[in-house]
Amino acid sequence: MAKTAKIEVKEQGLVDSMQGFFRTLLEKGDINALLVPQRLPRKNAVMPTLVTDPEKINGADPLAPVFPINAAKVVSKLTRKPLHGKVAVVLRPCEIRAFVELVKLKQARTEEVVIVGLDCLGAYGNVDYLRFAGEDGNGSTQKFFQNALSGKGTAWEGIDISPACKACDHPIPENADLLIGLLGVDTSDHLLLKANTAKGEAILDNLKLPAAKESEGRKKAVDALVAARSAYRDQMFEETSEATADIEKLTSYLSECINCYNCRVACPVCYCKECVFVTDVFDHEPSQYLQWAKRKGAVKMPTDTVFYHITRLAHMSTACIGCGQCSNACPNNIPVMEIFRTIAHYTQKAFDYEAGLSLDDEPPLSVFREDEFQEVVAKMH
Amino acid sequence: MAEFEPTIIAFVCNWCTYTAADLAGTSRLSYPPNVRLIRMMCTGMVDPKYVIKALLEGADAVLISGCHPGDCHYINGNYKARRRVKLLKEILPRFGFEEDRLKLTWIGASEGVDFAATIKEMVDQVKALGPNQTREQMVI
Ligand code: SF4
Ligand code: SF4
Ligand code: SF4
Ligand code: FES
Repeated sequence: MAKTAKIEVKEQGLVDSMQGFFRTLLEKGDINALLVPQRLPRKNAVMPTLVTDPEKINGADPLAPVFPINAAKVVSKLTRKPLHGKVAVVLRPCEIRAFVELVKLKQARTEEVVIVGLDCLGAYGNVDYLRFAGEDGNGSTQKFFQNALSGKGTAWEGIDISPACKACDHPIPENADLLIGLLGVDTSDHLLLKANTAKGEAILDNLKLPAAKESEGRKKAVDALVAARSAYRDQMFEETSEATADIEKLTSYLSECINCYNCRVACPVCYCKECVFVTDVFDHEPSQYLQWAKRKGAVKMPTDTVFYHITRLAHMSTACIGCGQCSNACPNNIPVMEIFRTIAHYTQKAFDYEAGLSLDDEPPLSVFREDEFQEVVAKMH
Repeated sequence: MAEFEPTIIAFVCNWCTYTAADLAGTSRLSYPPNVRLIRMMCTGMVDPKYVIKALLEGADAVLISGCHPGDCHYINGNYKARRRVKLLKEILPRFGFEEDRLKLTWIGASEGVDFAATIKEMVDQVKALGPNQTREQMVI
């Protein structure tokens, strides 16, 4: 059985207790550094920081309902080659899933990393978050969790957590080395710390925290959250499929797209060093545009918008983990996540694969067998 | 109105289907002129974007044809192609491209007769489907 312990909360509140825990982790956890989201000075922006000094953790707030980038991207920077040190990385479940995909795509390594995952109740989009946090970052985090955990929900003054989060059916980081649990936990007293792996257990033993039990209530709370998320997800699949069912509809779905490719830059699993869409393959001869225009009488400029999106779907939808950073990065509010997650659902199902869940499942486009998928080969006479 | 004449873009492997097409020609086998052959060194080189681009530009169907299993000159390019076709057959129909607009076949260098028959059959199928939605529609 997985080992569990308590992170005591008492009167300091969630954010302070969490910071206290990270200090202990840095001091006693046998690690050289901690990657953790911190509030940047003066503004309420929350970004990943790599911390080695326990005194430099005062802005840490991994519970803040925002993640301006999917931090799997920075964990990949830290681990693609030997780090010569051990780092604990505090991640959301979708960041862990993206990291798992990057490891399998040989863009990251697990050797020197300990993953600390948090139950995730969702995050606001970047712009919405700044309004929500206002002047009091830590206070707003406390407010968010009080409302979310007490059943009051996550909506606030016309804003709510992102559609990606509403549709996220894996909000519990079961594949983290160490899991910090909030759901179904009496958070006025403690947070749950659970070791899911031997790596996690070794650290948990070092920390000498008071013992705790995973409560009955936790399973119930988790099941209820997953059920609500799955229902939202299924409806999203249905509505998005309908809204993109042919080229005319897809064109109107994407009509505000300006080919800025922010969605691809923000996507943690679109990892090519040089995306084909920014190479000179797409520096067409000027006269080419004239020919294209002549063929159907008109051509929209810049060209290749639908081509870009369908190609990206073909290249990476089998690795899409549904984090929603594509939508978060879009300057024109195109529902990018919706279409990517919907198609990803079907492409992953076709290969009996679910992205991000396990290091052992082989990525569909990296392997092949001699005897498979005969049904897609046309029979000869 | 004249009968609809489909345009089929065929990505064919140099080592097998391309030779088969050549053989069909030199043997004076007749097959419909609707197909534009694009010679590839192996079906493993056919990136999904080639297929997507062809269908978005108004081609009525795409054929990918390579060496029989076990015969690929680069050992496993045809198996990779098969996975990509599986993938595309999941994606493209969701945007309204009928599944029959993408076909994968294995046609060996000596199988000129099969090549001619495949093209004929495919042209008939695509005629029955009618023109691709992107023929007239402006695609952004
Ligand atoms: S769209 Fe394709 S080529 Fe571009 S970064 Fe993503 S996977 Fe690579
Ligand atoms: S496509 Fe969007 S939702 Fe999917 S992994 Fe990339 S950024 Fe996240
Ligand atoms: S971020 Fe938005 S506008 Fe930019 S390429 Fe992606 S969908 Fe288009
Ligand atoms: S060489 Fe013909 S399919 Fe690979």
